[in-house]
Amino acid sequence: MSPRTPLTHKRIFRVSSRDLEQAGTVSTEVRRDLLSLGANPDVVRRAGVVCFEGEMNIVLYSNGGRIILIVREDRVELLFSDRGPGIADIDLVSQPGYSTAPDWARELGFGAGLGISNMEQNSDLFKIRSRVGAGTVVRATILLGVPFF
Amino acid sequence: MKLCEIAALLDARFVTGADQAEREATRTFAADLLSDVLAMVREERVLLITGTVTPQVVRVAEVMNMGAVLFVRGKLPTATTVEYATGAGVPLLAAARDMYETCGILYRAGLLPAKRKGLPMDHVPPDPPHP
Amino acid sequence: MNTKTVVAKVALEVLVAVDLAREVRGGYCSDLLSDVLAHAKSGDLWITHQRHLNVIAVGKLRDVAGVVFARGLCPSQDVISRAVAERMNLFLSTEPAFEVAGRLHRALHP
Repeated sequence: MSPRTPLTHKRIFRVSSRDLEQAGTVSTEVRRDLLSLGANPDVVRRAGVVCFEGEMNIVLYSNGGRIILIVREDRVELLFSDRGPGIADIDLVSQPGYSTAPDWARELGFGAGLGISNMEQNSDLFKIRSRVGAGTVVRATILLGVPFF
Repeated sequence: MKLCEIAALLDARFVTGADQAEREATRTFAADLLSDVLAMVREERVLLITGTVTPQVVRVAEVMNMGAVLFVRGKLPTATTVEYATGAGVPLLAAARDMYETCGILYRAGLLPAKRKGLPMDHVPPDPPHP
Repeated sequence: MNTKTVVAKVALEVLVAVDLAREVRGGYCSDLLSDVLAHAKSGDLWITHQRHLNVIAVGKLRDVAGVVFARGLCPSQDVISRAVAERMNLFLSTEPAFEVAGRLHRALHP
């Protein structure tokens, strides 16, 4: 494993379950941080999409959790962790179009079933780990200086 | 087309961002489901046509650097959302017409659909759920 | 205009064809089921990104001429089977909803 490159910036955000007033605010903050760090617009946009989807998943489907933004010289990392309920079948929920959104969420424009797919599409490295009854951790990495098609 | 021209065509009004009335929008994307917007839109200054009026719509528009949001079906966002959009510099318009008619009118007027990369999931049916 | 002609003019792929002679009187664009329930009219061609099984029930309740899934978002087999059982036309377009709506509008109001 290569030595970790120096840390430029780190920030931890709390995300509350079902708080639709605040949902999306972390994405805005992450974008702001990255812009002020001079990240290129493409990275800012991708990080914004990843963060928005990850944040919405914590708000809609979990018991609450947090998002950690880590910026290193060579990468931007977003870690999403929640306190449950956990995902039984990660492959299933990762399928585009599959959604467990309740009806009230669908009526608010959520539940397209593309959240994880959107996160993956905008990351260079992506990993989900989960345990039912415990929680879920998602790690999305955008590598800086790597061409993205 | 300029936002003010779009508004005139649809009998729509500016809820906020009227100072951006001269802003050009050549492409548009119509959806109520937010993740579709995040998946589809690849360029900037796209006009979003939607009936979803949650604050997240404005945040999505911000994340995707969209040109403006047009709410259809006579739907209006809350004052808090409008305030946020004003601060974020996202013009909001509102039309009483439904989405189909709005799309029809703008399509005939020459507005183009937002371009996007073909995503691997397009045109591939989702796998059947595991037993 | 009957469904078969609309399908040709708008360039739709047919997933389920139970009644292509059905008259299409208009279009309705929405992903929000409550909105469709409130406003879609009988004979409308419903254009959506929503692939939930409820789409079939809602479309049936509003007696739509058919449902078009936009941007290549093909529904799962159980949605297709339900459409067959409920006798609902289903179509697929690789084009985004805006394009589908635009073409439909132009076809119905030349």
